[in-house]
Amino acid sequence: MTNITDLGVAAIRDGVAAGQFSAVEVAEAFNANVAAAQSALNAFIVATPEKAIEAAKAVDAARSAGQALGPMAGVPIGMKDLFATEGVQTTAASRMLECFVPHYESTVSRKLWEAGAGMLGKLNLDQFAMGSSNESSYFGNVISPWQRRGSNAQLTPGGSSGGSSAAIAARLAPAATGTDTGGSIRQPAAYTGTVGIKPTYGRCSRWGVVAYASSLDQAGSMARDVTDCSIMLEAMAGFDPKDSTSLDLAVPAWTASLSGDLKGKKVGIPREYRVDGMPAEVDAIWEQGIAWAKDAGAEVVEVSLPHTKYALAAYYIIAPAEASSNLARYDGVRYGLRDLPDGAGLQDMYAATRAAGFGDEVKRRILIGTYVLSAGFYDAYYTQAQKVRTLISQDFAKAFEQVDVLLTPTAPSAAFALGENVDDPLSMYLNDVFTVPASLAGLPAMSVPAGLDAQGLPLGLQIIGRPLDEQGVLNAGLAIEARAGFTAKPEKWW
Amino acid sequence: MSVDTATVAKIASLARLKVSEAELEAMVPELNGILAWVEQLGEVDVTGVEPMTAVIPNTLRLREDVINADPLTGGDRRDAVLANAPAAQHGFFGVPKVIE
Repeated sequence: MTNITDLGVAAIRDGVAAGQFSAVEVAEAFNANVAAAQSALNAFIVATPEKAIEAAKAVDAARSAGQALGPMAGVPIGMKDLFATEGVQTTAASRMLECFVPHYESTVSRKLWEAGAGMLGKLNLDQFAMGSSNESSYFGNVISPWQRRGSNAQLTPGGSSGGSSAAIAARLAPAATGTDTGGSIRQPAAYTGTVGIKPTYGRCSRWGVVAYASSLDQAGSMARDVTDCSIMLEAMAGFDPKDSTSLDLAVPAWTASLSGDLKGKKVGIPREYRVDGMPAEVDAIWEQGIAWAKDAGAEVVEVSLPHTKYALAAYYIIAPAEASSNLARYDGVRYGLRDLPDGAGLQDMYAATRAAGFGDEVKRRILIGTYVLSAGFYDAYYTQAQKVRTLISQDFAKAFEQVDVLLTPTAPSAAFALGENVDDPLSMYLNDVFTVPASLAGLPAMSVPAGLDAQGLPLGLQIIGRPLDEQGVLNAGLAIEARAGFTAKPEKWW
Repeated sequence: MSVDTATVAKIASLARLKVSEAELEAMVPELNGILAWVEQLGEVDVTGVEPMTAVIPNTLRLREDVINADPLTGGDRRDAVLANAPAAQHGFFGVPKVIE
């Protein structure tokens, strides 16, 4: 019989519904994989096997009673530890929130539990989702299950949703939540041979998600194929009055409308994404993607996004500015860590608490953000960045007058080794060069695995769509997926 | 524009982050590296361009003016609100003395 932990969301749900196996059997199988991999991969900050079993029992009971089952019924998932989960620690991978146990459930996680999913545990991430390699977690690095051929060097699973991507690639979970501020779903998906989609800004509620940069933060789904991502995103998305930026729109039936036929569609290739120094293999996989799009019936058109080269710099002003404001709430008074040195007053307590609670990258971004928002510099940095953001958004709008979706590489390289970029914040930021522009414009975008490089590491292709056109993105993803035939998985060493 | 040690100390104070002298020294070149890199935005002609305020057009809503319209975010949740406070006392958040 097939190994249950090799199955994805749809196969598990359908298998449970058909009685091929029970939801409890599924939960037990994944719980066992989670426990066995923890010391080697460190993908989870805390495992919650009892939660997975509890949800599975409820699904099995509902099935026995002949009740209708939800779209995620019997599927155990990993929850990025940025989503508040009632009664289960929610740390954002920071010492600041090490002991924080929410008394409420985030909207996205609540919707997933209502759809019948169960929780395997809280997944590791970059601290406060700030990072591209999962090396800024207070709870230690996540190690990618992938290794270069003939090498056992530890590689990054990407970031910030690196626990999510590692867990899915290593078969510790069939799917997981992610959040994407500048690429934090797509880049980890590309580095691990998994699929991840960030919907249009406002599709998924941010209520109960630890805030990093509120005008950019958006939750999304990660899994091993496009259909599974679609099923899960449908369960997560939807209007929430508790989030003032939530879009009051019905969630389309994305999964039912999935089609990899791109006849009559135009796929845009942005010429500014051909950057200097990009490895030939990344370029080759992009060319391959173009050929696949044509094979699926699409017309391929070169387009221009002239302000692309300024996107990263704008992002690294806007995101830290918002972070410095959002993270002002960590004051040692209402929740989280408190460091109260002997004889300290209130102001000293704030400063000591924040020094002890935040990691280096978080402090770096708070300082940058505070500086660019400070009197005398606000217009030169922050307002200028917001104007450039408008231009970037207009670039996309013009391109989408000509084409339906854009096809680009997801990241400028395959996964790098842990420690390789850690001393140079700037070279680390450059990982997000292809993912940040769509984030700045609030567009739906996804990464699908396209092939392996010469060292045996996955490379991903990114599809960017019009606002609210998740369907177009998913369909193009499906077309690429069908032609890439990506079946590689990491050889088990953990 | 670049920052010196005194400026970084001032920013850290504004951000309520306690930093040691050694940390300050290390941060100055790091921040200057990042600031020098974002300087490139100055090249962009933004004449007549409005700064972005919302990526997807949306309007702010007002909720119904009803007490406890959503019990979860309404009132009467004192104990839940205080449950994660590092020093809750007598139904309040405890802080060091601020008035002599």
